[in-house]
Amino acid sequence: MFSVFRDLIRYNIEFAIGLILVGAVVIFAVLSYFSPVDPSLIYMAMPDQPPSGQYWFGTNSRGQDLFWQLSAAFRNSLIFGITVAVLSRIISITVGLLSGYVGGWVDRVLMFINDIFVAVPIFPILVLFYFVLRNNMDSFTLALIMACFGWPFDARLIRSVALGLKHREFTRHAVFAGMSTPKILLEEHLPYVMPIVFSTFMANMLWSIGLEVTLAVLGFTNLNNPTIGTVLYWAISHSAIVVGVWWWIVIPVVLIVMTFLGLFLLAVSMNEYIDPRSRLRRMGA
Amino acid sequence: MHGYFWFVGKRLLQLLAVIFCGISATFFITHLSPIDPVEQVLGRLSARSNLSPEAIAATRAALTEMYGTGQPILTQYLNFWTRLLRGDLGPSLLAFPTPSMELVTRAMPWTLGLLVTSTLFTFVIGNLLGALAGYHPENRFFQAFGLIAMGVQPIPYYIVAFILLIIFGFLWPVLPISGGFAMDVRPAMSWQFIFSILQHSILPALSLVLVGFGGWFLGMRALVSNVVNEDYVTYAGLAGVKKQTIVGGYVIRNALVPQLTALAMALGGVFSGTVITEQVFNYPGIGSLLIDGVNYGDYSLVLAVSTVSITAVALAIFIVDLLHPLLDPRVRTE
Amino acid sequence: MTQDILTVEGLKAYYQMNYFGVSREVRAVDDITMTVRKNEIYGIAGESSSGKTSFIKVLAAAIRPPMRVVDGSVKFNFKSGPIDVTTATPQQLDAIRWRSLSYIMQGSMSTLNPVRRIGKTFEDFAKRPLAASGTPYRERVLGHLERLKLPADVLNAYPHELSGGMRQRVTIGLATVCHPEFVIADEPTTALDVVVQKEVLGLIREIQQDMGSSVVFVTHDMSVHANMTDRVGIIYAGRLVEEGPTRQMFFAPKHPYTAHLVASLPRIGDTTQRPALEGRPPSLANPPQGCRFHPRCPLAIDKCKTEVPPLIPVANDHRSACWRWQDVAPLVKPHQAHGVMA
Repeated sequence: MFSVFRDLIRYNIEFAIGLILVGAVVIFAVLSYFSPVDPSLIYMAMPDQPPSGQYWFGTNSRGQDLFWQLSAAFRNSLIFGITVAVLSRIISITVGLLSGYVGGWVDRVLMFINDIFVAVPIFPILVLFYFVLRNNMDSFTLALIMACFGWPFDARLIRSVALGLKHREFTRHAVFAGMSTPKILLEEHLPYVMPIVFSTFMANMLWSIGLEVTLAVLGFTNLNNPTIGTVLYWAISHSAIVVGVWWWIVIPVVLIVMTFLGLFLLAVSMNEYIDPRSRLRRMGA
Repeated sequence: MHGYFWFVGKRLLQLLAVIFCGISATFFITHLSPIDPVEQVLGRLSARSNLSPEAIAATRAALTEMYGTGQPILTQYLNFWTRLLRGDLGPSLLAFPTPSMELVTRAMPWTLGLLVTSTLFTFVIGNLLGALAGYHPENRFFQAFGLIAMGVQPIPYYIVAFILLIIFGFLWPVLPISGGFAMDVRPAMSWQFIFSILQHSILPALSLVLVGFGGWFLGMRALVSNVVNEDYVTYAGLAGVKKQTIVGGYVIRNALVPQLTALAMALGGVFSGTVITEQVFNYPGIGSLLIDGVNYGDYSLVLAVSTVSITAVALAIFIVDLLHPLLDPRVRTE
Repeated sequence: MTQDILTVEGLKAYYQMNYFGVSREVRAVDDITMTVRKNEIYGIAGESSSGKTSFIKVLAAAIRPPMRVVDGSVKFNFKSGPIDVTTATPQQLDAIRWRSLSYIMQGSMSTLNPVRRIGKTFEDFAKRPLAASGTPYRERVLGHLERLKLPADVLNAYPHELSGGMRQRVTIGLATVCHPEFVIADEPTTALDVVVQKEVLGLIREIQQDMGSSVVFVTHDMSVHANMTDRVGIIYAGRLVEEGPTRQMFFAPKHPYTAHLVASLPRIGDTTQRPALEGRPPSLANPPQGCRFHPRCPLAIDKCKTEVPPLIPVANDHRSACWRWQDVAPLVKPHQAHGVMA
């Protein structure tokens, strides 16, 4: 596993760039644990100060030090993304492996449900949840709802791998040795789908953080909880660009682009590593 | 033919299931919450406007009838469906007493026009360029294109729309950044009006195209560079089949099959992109309607937009699915 | 007198691999010299990954990076004129493809475009070389299908709607409809069941005799060679190790590897244990010194470990690359071999 990682960094420029970008953002987000100020409080500093030695990223019109504000925001958004990814991975692994291995009507029912989840647009549903729950909707509830919609794509992918594993020699051995179905799935098949799980993990984080930004920018989340999206929401509602507080918009946008590009590059390069055909292409076959 | 019949039947069943589940979900989300919708709506209404007591009473009656509060949930559910099938979800609070459905119908052409044109354009151009890029991996121009697509593709809809807004609204104000058409133009079948509509749609459409394009380009490029190595392509090359035939009939035709599936799967996401775009550019479509509805606490309007958009996305996916067997004969005999 | 249609001289084709920073050179075809005559079926045998597929890729002018021809020539002597496919331009190659040189690719499942009707594929492949259209073209194709015992309505079918045997006959039809002078057949029967296999083999033979063309027939299955080919060449680790008339190769092999291949065939009424060959075929990236077969050879002496044996005439029309060819005893008695040559 470690040598795979080393090879990827050394020979796959996309992976290396992605790792640097994501790494920088993660370090920045971790700094929030040492923050001297509570990021949810307002008017703790002089408002509208441009970036300087004292305030590295400046301050916003709400009197918050943007450096610590953004640090907390990125921490919250990353935790949010990871929560959604972990939860939806659990669903997609369970459905994918079961559907592929058990087959028959279990497969048909699960895939029918899968297709429904693919076809129902998540955005109106999320807005509806906000509409009903208003500020009772904390980020864990939101993560839970998104996880319920973030699994079907990847479940299908895992299922297709599981279908192939079902007929392999070692599966038959395990069955004849009297291994129970959950045990076969967990101990024999799970390791084979782990690469897919890792690469879709990144893609899923991209998706959920992006949706959170979208919702927050419209004002459809708990706005007192600093996240990437709510930082933007406040900047826009204070007309930051028009007033000339450009750093309130430009710095978060640069950081967002770094995060998304980094996660995307990681997902793409890992995907390429998993798919031997695209690896061959890299070799010039 | 028989195979196609079964295929359509299966998809139709799926379409009905999706619409049924989606709309049921909207019902249960709104009705299982601890908050009483009628009182919440009335509270917001009296706080925001000075409607006459008669209007409030009428609204309360309409709302109570619609939500059927106090009745068992199953009865409420059945009532909800009967009302929905009649296309009547009650009056909108936003534009009282216009029915919500009428507002949705009025906003629909704007969204549809924006969405259909930009999606089709993005799909066609993205796939075409992606296919060429995959077929000519050494071409510098396409390599540069791939890098740009890779850079733009993962950025959320909102950021792209916002950057466009900053560029064309503040830095280089050449295009209208707000509304569906200019204020001083009367909505009529005149060239002036059509021109104004087109002019106002450029930025919203451009933001949708920019975001969607990268995905199709990169996807098609990867698919084509795989299909190029398939035996049937090599074989046709060995037989000296004309290059145009190989590219069109062998490579692109086969690579397009998974892209069509991807299109069906992407439509839901495209819809959420439109909502953002409409909000940023103040475009009079159903996305703006949804946001206004939420902000005003307009229950029936939000329900109307949700149900209509779920149905519309499901229908669009259904139509794309029906095209599938035309591209891939293997689906027909499944 | 017989005339050569194909002359291969000192052909070397290597794969240049560069995988995550490690570069390797795989010598898939290493110094092969041979000829194919007009109107004969020349068999090529060898284990998988022996380089036989790479060799015929060069013959079919299907070389693509990372494989490249390092040295040698592949000259065809067609009616339209001589051509060296290793140096010809793409235009020159397009001019002979299918008209003179055609190819039956391995794996009929994947050689047909899954989203194109068979008839359309026939048009793509045959219209240009036949230089015909309308009724003459249609009649030509339908006549050819009839010879292949295929119903005319396969033209309206998609590949997935046909059975394996039908699909294989369609690919043979595609490769032969233009009556090429030279056909390369790569494992055309491997994926088929035995009954269909026999039928398809008969068909190839029949069509070859009708058209008077030459066929290079590649398979690892020695019993197919026994039934099909006029001459056989054995490839081991990228080299031609023995070549001769098929009967002679089976009755009196002059290379221990050939002897082994022939002996491993099952025969009716023979219940003795087949002698298994020790070890595995060598890696082409790092082949053994001297004769490449020596680590597995029962007859190996010290000379075999250091010096490469040349391919020399050992009998009439029969060449072998072995220092001890005189000591190679057939592992099969002649009367047993007859069972195979039925």
